Amino acid sequence: MNATIRKIEQAQVIRKNVPFKVGDTVKVSLRIKEGEKERIQIYEGVVTGIQNAGAKMRFTVRKISYGVGVEKTFYYQSPMIKEVKTTRSGKVRRAKLFYLRGKLNKKDARIQESKKAIQVPAEGVAETAQSIAASAEPAAPVEAAASTPVEPKAEVKAETKKSEKKEKA
Amino acid sequence: MSENVQTLIGKKVGQMTYFEESGKATHVTVLEVGPCVVIQKKTSEKEGYNALQLGFAEKKEKHTTKSLQGHFKKSGATPKRILQEVRVADTTPYQVGQTLTVENLKDVSWVDVTGITKGKGFQGGVRRHGFKGGRNTHGSMFHRAPGGIGASSDPSRVFPGTRMPGHMGTDKNTVLNLKVVKIDAENHLLFINGAVPGADGGIVTVRPSVKK
Repeated sequence: MNATIRKIEQAQVIRKNVPFKVGDTVKVSLRIKEGEKERIQIYEGVVTGIQNAGAKMRFTVRKISYGVGVEKTFYYQSPMIKEVKTTRSGKVRRAKLFYLRGKLNKKDARIQESKKAIQVPAEGVAETAQSIAASAEPAAPVEAAASTPVEPKAEVKAETKKSEKKEKA
Repeated sequence: MSENVQTLIGKKVGQMTYFEESGKATHVTVLEVGPCVVIQKKTSEKEGYNALQLGFAEKKEKHTTKSLQGHFKKSGATPKRILQEVRVADTTPYQVGQTLTVENLKDVSWVDVTGITKGKGFQGGVRRHGFKGGRNTHGSMFHRAPGGIGASSDPSRVFPGTRMPGHMGTDKNTVLNLKVVKIDAENHLLFINGAVPGADGGIVTVRPSVKK
């Protein structure tokens, strides 16, 4: 990729950490503009896939709405998303949960709860480059989060390393 | 076309997804437009038409021929890799040596972009002209051949311009009515909605849309 394009793309990365993985139940707060007014709409469902591509990172959320399966794909870095919250961590063996399609009742589409939730230092939407830089050294929160289970520690460390690399680049 | 706005030379940087201020994800092409330097003015009195000769992209002096070195020296500019003429109605508002940047396009919302398309090599009629070709199965012996190219003894020749296989690509092509998404004057970048001809790094010319 061209260096200029990469620079522009990185400037668009407003959310550094990904607080969910495939199989998790998330609440996506969407900014909906109606004329002058702006309101927040919440879309809740299971993450059935993540496509990683820098600023173009997308994730698909599936839910059952009035007996009909609905899948929506969002740009994770989109300004239209206010925040994404993980409400339940799921234990799955696949990267893409296509097997959930067609399973319309709750019993069939059930996902076992996982205790290995991704631990992410609390972070709001970083609006500017400076605030991204500031949140790039979350040394204290990382250690705190890593103190309990073994698995999340590795994940958190890997993530912070990645973000640090990005900062250097 | 207003007077201070005009055609500029640029370079295709690449394509990406860009989030607009409204939050909408748009497919944009990033162009590095300018800075272009006016190297020479052509006037109707002297050359018979009004135009500006613009220079774009730096070049080392040792790679420039002596005759061109003199040409650049006359304008006071450093040697440039690309020299291109741009027609204008009147050359008096411009000075030789003047620099034109992407800011000249700041009031423009639609542009046309001209570039050289990617080379495709020698291509058959199906790819080059959209011939239908024949079926592949059921005993068909006619697949992608061009078929008939005209009548027989009368006229006993193939008419000029008959569509046949041959070299495709590296043609000059203009894409009309591309929307300007953003102008980054600091880095001389122009973000436009849609695709432009040529590979990344190719030279393009940008002009305010003539049909909008």
